[in-house]
Amino acid sequence: MPYTAAKPDLVPSSEELRARIPGWGVDLDPADRPSVPRMRDPEPAPGAHWTLPEQQEERWPRERSIEHMRLTPAFGTSCPPKGLSGVIRKAAYARYSEARAAHWLLLMLGDRVDMVESAVTSALRGRPDNPITETGILSEPRRHGISSRFGRNRADVKHQWLDPVIVAGPWVLAGWGAVRAARRLRRGAA
Amino acid sequence: MLRLDHGIGHTFGHEFVGVVHEVGPSVQHLKVGDKVMVPSNIFCGTCYFCARGLYSNSHNVNPNATAVGSIYGYSHTTGGYDGGQAEFVRVPFADVGPSLIPDWMSEDDAALLTDAVATGYFGAQLGDIVEGDVVVVLGAGPVGLFAAKSAWLMGAGRVIVIDHLDYRLAKARDFAHAETYNFAEHDDIVVLLKRLTEGLGADAVIDAVGAEADGNLLQHVTSAKLKMQGGSPVALNWAIDAARKGGTVSVVGAYGPLFSAVKFGDALNKGLTLRMNQCPVKRQWPRLFEHVRNGYLNPSEIITHRIPLEHIAEGYHMFSAKLDDCIKPIIVNDAA
Ligand SMILES: [Zn+2]
Repeated sequence: MPYTAAKPDLVPSSEELRARIPGWGVDLDPADRPSVPRMRDPEPAPGAHWTLPEQQEERWPRERSIEHMRLTPAFGTSCPPKGLSGVIRKAAYARYSEARAAHWLLLMLGDRVDMVESAVTSALRGRPDNPITETGILSEPRRHGISSRFGRNRADVKHQWLDPVIVAGPWVLAGWGAVRAARRLRRGAA
Repeated sequence: MLRLDHGIGHTFGHEFVGVVHEVGPSVQHLKVGDKVMVPSNIFCGTCYFCARGLYSNSHNVNPNATAVGSIYGYSHTTGGYDGGQAEFVRVPFADVGPSLIPDWMSEDDAALLTDAVATGYFGAQLGDIVEGDVVVVLGAGPVGLFAAKSAWLMGAGRVIVIDHLDYRLAKARDFAHAETYNFAEHDDIVVLLKRLTEGLGADAVIDAVGAEADGNLLQHVTSAKLKMQGGSPVALNWAIDAARKGGTVSVVGAYGPLFSAVKFGDALNKGLTLRMNQCPVKRQWPRLFEHVRNGYLNPSEIITHRIPLEHIAEGYHMFSAKLDDCIKPIIVNDAA
């Protein structure tokens, strides 16, 4: 009881646990745990044969945090900024530090704009997104979508009806907007 | 996955093993044909942080942010590197990151050691467990299962796992010898945990959920769905409230850089020690290899599915919607 100094008797004896659980207590001594989080004497990671790694080639002005003193020697090249999303991303990096909400909110906005731009670009290239195969929704019938969810005390089932609305909603709205715009154009032309 | 700023065209995957197909001119320790396991973090090995063992916080690998190191296939915020769910992947700093897969180790065990096992063990380690501690693990996913199992290795006296998926709690009992509770069956999980500890609270609570926590409808929509918070802080807040005063909260669940409404005042007033990081995976390997070899950790026991690379979209949906009693799927590339 926390109301007196005595430690409540909550756990079995160490002997009992050692007998029941394979490996119980092998890392009881913190010295046996990989040292964490800091080593006292700095030393390079095994295998490193450089003091400062050589600089990776910068093929475009690489967006980077203004909290960095320089471009890091290595970096990913997976998604060069392009289009409007690229402009938004570059703005997020150019002005705001990681401490600023504006930095992250602009990056999120860039991500959403990138989604739309990419959907439109792939449609224009004749390879439109396929919401049936590409969302993985076909695993619902193949992986017991119904029996996996119901009668099983799952906390998330209560709001899963929202998922299709949130996933499909923007597409339905965009489609409706496109139809309306097309009609207005036709009416204007007539 | 924290969908903050992925960039369309980014390849996912930060837990992978493979065969060396080509090496860069400066690589000295690996050759074509070697079978390797690659830690989830990309790290240089020699910066201020790497030299102090903080491999997950390397300063030479991520121009996009100083607050986080780099992780394969994890977002632009973690460096914009492509990940391993592809036929080929670029592995920077090949002389410090990858290890040869030992002869005696299965590829499945090796793959799980590249993140989930190491992170689970790390979570227990950050709990600063001493003999006889009551340890609560929030989340019975792969990381939570390994955290629960690792807590015993460090001498825990009692390990309690909380989740809402009964099949995962069953795994926590069999695989990790844990006591389990389904939070969906209890009004208030914090009160339950206090009752289980005679009002004291747990010595250490490990948050192995992170920003994907479900929470109430509002939290779910603003965080998990719309990503307006840096993640739902439900699991972290439960951890703060369920820990005993003076106890430790260890966080290995993933949270993003955006703000979340965390009950910091409770943590302050309870004198908690909060410890957290992305796991410096390779730091953990020598000890974890011993545990796997001795049979104290059997990582591949939690694998439930094998998904061919060409069916990956369905694999993601199954995993994220928790269909078919999925705990840990492995992506296989039969074409290679
Ligand atoms: Zn480094």
